[in-house]
Amino acid sequence: MTQSFRLESGGLINRDKKISFKFNGKKYFGYEGDTLASALIANGVHLIGRSFKYHRPRGFFGAGVDEPYAIVQLYRNGETEPNIKATEQELFEGLEAKSVNCWPSVNFDVGAINNFLKIFLPAGFYYKTFMWPKSFWYKIYEPFIRRAAGLGTASIKHDKERYEHKYEYCDLLITGSGPSGLASAYSAAKNGAKVILAEDKSRFGGTLLTSEVNIGNQSGKEWADSIISELKEMPNVTVKNRSQVFGYYDHNMLVMSERISDHLPKTKKFHPKQRLWYIRAKEVLISSGSIERPIVFGNNDTPGVMLSSAAKEYLKVYGVLVGKKPLVFTNNDSGYETAIEFKKNGIDPIILDTRKEPQSEIIEEAKNMNINIKNSYVVVAAQGYKKVKSADVAKISDNKEELGSIENIECDCICVSGFWTPTIHLASQSGNKTKFNEDIDAFVPGISKQNEKTLGAANGIYTLEETLKDSFEKGNLLSKKITNNENKISFPNVVEKKSTVHDKFWCVPLPKGKNYKRFLDFQNDVAVSDIEIALKEGYRSIEHVKRYTTLGMATDQGKTSNLNGLQLVSKIENKVVPAVGHTTFRPPYSPVSIGAIVGREVGKHSKPTRKSPMHSWHEKNNAVFVDAGVWLRPRYYKRGEENLFEASKREARNVRTNVGVCDVTTLGKIDIKGPDAAELLNRVYTNAWLKLPIGKARYGVMLREDGIVMDDGTTTRISENHYHMTTTTAQAANVLSHLEYYLQLVWPELNVNVVSTTEQWAGAAIAGPKSREVLKKLFPKSDVSNEGLPFMGYMEADLFGVKAKIFRISFSGELAYEVNVESDNGYFMWEKIIEAGEEFGIQPYGTEALSTLRIEMGHVAGSELDGRTIPYDNSLEGLLSKKKDFIGKRSLSRKAFAVEDRQKIVGVVPLDKKTSIPEGSHLVKDSNAPLPNPKLGYISASCWSVEYDNPFSLAILKDGKNMIGKKLFVMSPLKNKVIPVEIVSSHYVDPKGERVRS
Amino acid sequence: MLHIKCPHCGMRSQNEFSYGGDATVKRPELGKEISDQDWDNFVYNRKSLRGKHWELWQHLSGCRQWIKVQRDTATHEIFKTLKANEEIS
Repeated sequence: MTQSFRLESGGLINRDKKISFKFNGKKYFGYEGDTLASALIANGVHLIGRSFKYHRPRGFFGAGVDEPYAIVQLYRNGETEPNIKATEQELFEGLEAKSVNCWPSVNFDVGAINNFLKIFLPAGFYYKTFMWPKSFWYKIYEPFIRRAAGLGTASIKHDKERYEHKYEYCDLLITGSGPSGLASAYSAAKNGAKVILAEDKSRFGGTLLTSEVNIGNQSGKEWADSIISELKEMPNVTVKNRSQVFGYYDHNMLVMSERISDHLPKTKKFHPKQRLWYIRAKEVLISSGSIERPIVFGNNDTPGVMLSSAAKEYLKVYGVLVGKKPLVFTNNDSGYETAIEFKKNGIDPIILDTRKEPQSEIIEEAKNMNINIKNSYVVVAAQGYKKVKSADVAKISDNKEELGSIENIECDCICVSGFWTPTIHLASQSGNKTKFNEDIDAFVPGISKQNEKTLGAANGIYTLEETLKDSFEKGNLLSKKITNNENKISFPNVVEKKSTVHDKFWCVPLPKGKNYKRFLDFQNDVAVSDIEIALKEGYRSIEHVKRYTTLGMATDQGKTSNLNGLQLVSKIENKVVPAVGHTTFRPPYSPVSIGAIVGREVGKHSKPTRKSPMHSWHEKNNAVFVDAGVWLRPRYYKRGEENLFEASKREARNVRTNVGVCDVTTLGKIDIKGPDAAELLNRVYTNAWLKLPIGKARYGVMLREDGIVMDDGTTTRISENHYHMTTTTAQAANVLSHLEYYLQLVWPELNVNVVSTTEQWAGAAIAGPKSREVLKKLFPKSDVSNEGLPFMGYMEADLFGVKAKIFRISFSGELAYEVNVESDNGYFMWEKIIEAGEEFGIQPYGTEALSTLRIEMGHVAGSELDGRTIPYDNSLEGLLSKKKDFIGKRSLSRKAFAVEDRQKIVGVVPLDKKTSIPEGSHLVKDSNAPLPNPKLGYISASCWSVEYDNPFSLAILKDGKNMIGKKLFVMSPLKNKVIPVEIVSSHYVDPKGERVRS
Repeated sequence: MLHIKCPHCGMRSQNEFSYGGDATVKRPELGKEISDQDWDNFVYNRKSLRGKHWELWQHLSGCRQWIKVQRDTATHEIFKTLKANEEIS
């Protein structure tokens, strides 16, 4: 098909550049500067989709962000994206789009049967119908509803495009480049303010592109162009098109999505597809204009029924006729402007005006052009299924309640204008208390909560002269306040045609004997009858009516439906509209892609990856890594065909028999200095710290104020007023904040400084009966004998010219040391350890072996210190000082913490000594007891004991103290396992702790 | 996102801070006898105020100082910020 609805000339498109595209598999042509919508209409295509609920045919209703219907699935450069408005998507070579919500095709849609079933699909249908039987929900109802609902399909492929985030600060953010946006930006920029001017569309100028006005002897468009090009030259101004400010958040933070590449066939190299701007503005000027509202009549959703302003925009911007026999149905003068535009292009429109005898300059002009005008006339119903073929029209009585005899007028489109609704979404999001303006039957912004002001049509000001005056002034005043600079601008001479008052008529009554669907919300298929049912069923609050009927929901956010819905509710309820109130507008104003919200925080950029200085050694030696918080730690070192289980067993066994080395760089380290350091430790830890000698380490447990264990670790006294604290990897940041809290707020009198040194030190744990032999080779000049460096001892030593700190502490339960060197020397240290240990059979071990070793020793870690246990639960009550107070101590005397049968840590061994016990399983007395089977405890950690060569677990068990020797069952419904077990001591290996002291 | 004036660093975005609860709660003195009720009030019981509220924030990704912020819990308006050692008046 050729572009038979394209005018010979006119519009702002580039006719020199023809663009081919595909819609539903068929090839069409358009021009550069077209939207998908304008190009389709130029080709005479009006059927674009099917409606959400009834699958009724859908065409185009608007020409931009206001479009409720024309949502397509877009295909671009091998990717697909749903929820794209055809009216916003710019045409590019090779664009492909498909209809959504129809099967098998938009022309023949099986779901359209819903349309004939519509009496069975009233408001709340889903709530009422799919209630029973309960078992039907997952298998039958939900899959059915999911397939029937939704507009388009999200891609499940990885999105290869790049999205960026940008943070920006400015004096004035101006949202919209229509007359008010341009005027305010211009005067603010002239005063030297830092201005960001955002325009949603590709072209700047807003309504200036389509209205017949004159500003300072220029057309509206010429004036807009000249202002924009001047603004673009100014260093203090950022001008952005294709940029939608969609959310207004606290403290004047606004978020804008900039579509950088969506209008191109392919994103340019090094360019993002979209950029999300977080803008903190001192002042916000909302110049988002207004959206024309429809008049409600029968079958008003038929393709070919559209807003009169959209018809005008297609004519003036794209040189496209939405129809060749247009009917204009209006209650105000705006419809006349559209009719005049048709007439100028050789098309004869008919105007139906609900008003009896309106008079104005614009109406005069239409009359002079011999346009057929029928006063006190309304469209009763559109006729035609996939496209408007004619309209049933009638005269309407002065009280707007009685219809005259029905006449049928042939037409191919109906352009509707029910006056204008200010776009107050952003103002409302900012917390502005909106108010109802009787003159325009709409809400306008009222008292501001944040620093925002609304200009022009968005504020209910509909004449150009007043809009420009107000906007120049506001831009000037607000910027002057910030910059203390004023450059007065001479106000241009404005010529515009005067219009007269509109008619408050918004809904055509049904003729006798007819039951046409009259739609309010076009995106969500909400008709007048649905609201009537909701109110009959007792819904009163407008917020409830919204949720029950879906009026004003989803991506549309009530752009065209909001006020007519309120009119209806207020009419039935016999209230005034302001008494009904409007529903809350929520961000985003229009859909934003998930990619833009996520930005670059995907894959490896989603969080930092921390690696120890020895990481490359681990890599070279076949380490398999595991995420430990943001750290990457070796889980095990694979040898040959070994799996995790085999490798970790080998590594752990080697620690028990020979010697192993483990990278413990990730442990949190905090340097503590000051004369009151010991006092701080004494208050933070549960045990005594005042008498720790220099050169000694001590194990400590710290609690939260509620008595729950927060963290454990060793702290070493390096010198008189200097301590080195270690924390678990996971709690490192929390412990630092915890110490800072008490030092800054609770005990500021303590003279102590704390700082994290986690990254300054590389750490290696050398563990096993032969570890001392390794140490002797590493530090030949130091006395590392049991006397020279006893258990919990500390010394500084020389590691082949590198300064090292040796702590004789043990997590594995074996004779063990932790050696720390400055991070830069970590790799050197590691290589030296491996080299020195070779003759003793040293092997590196990963976190899996580390866990095995600590579990069978009964040493607690994160899985026991899980934010639910107190010291007693972990058999750490011996560390509670009776002599002093400490953080959380008072809580431990609370009743629940002191009960006799309080939970306690125990060991668990399967009776068959073979079956592995899944972590997280429950312990029960009777495996056959009826559900819910009383739970006595849970498995916190499991391993394969290398000491005894059988499975072993730790558990937190009710009355654990008295359960040793008892037989219970481990149940794992998840793994469908029931395992008979025996309860043993949690100290499964070396209960007396002789090895660490050997 | 809130915009919080750190008394040490100036205006900063909320994502540099972490929230620390009611700033008017005073920790009971160490080693002093205290009733169960008073201890519970310190550990658990908080008023969920609507309106002006003094609360603690830590400038975690900045100077790491704990600060006191007077914020309206309903409107998010921030009236005043203080250093840790400044008394709420």
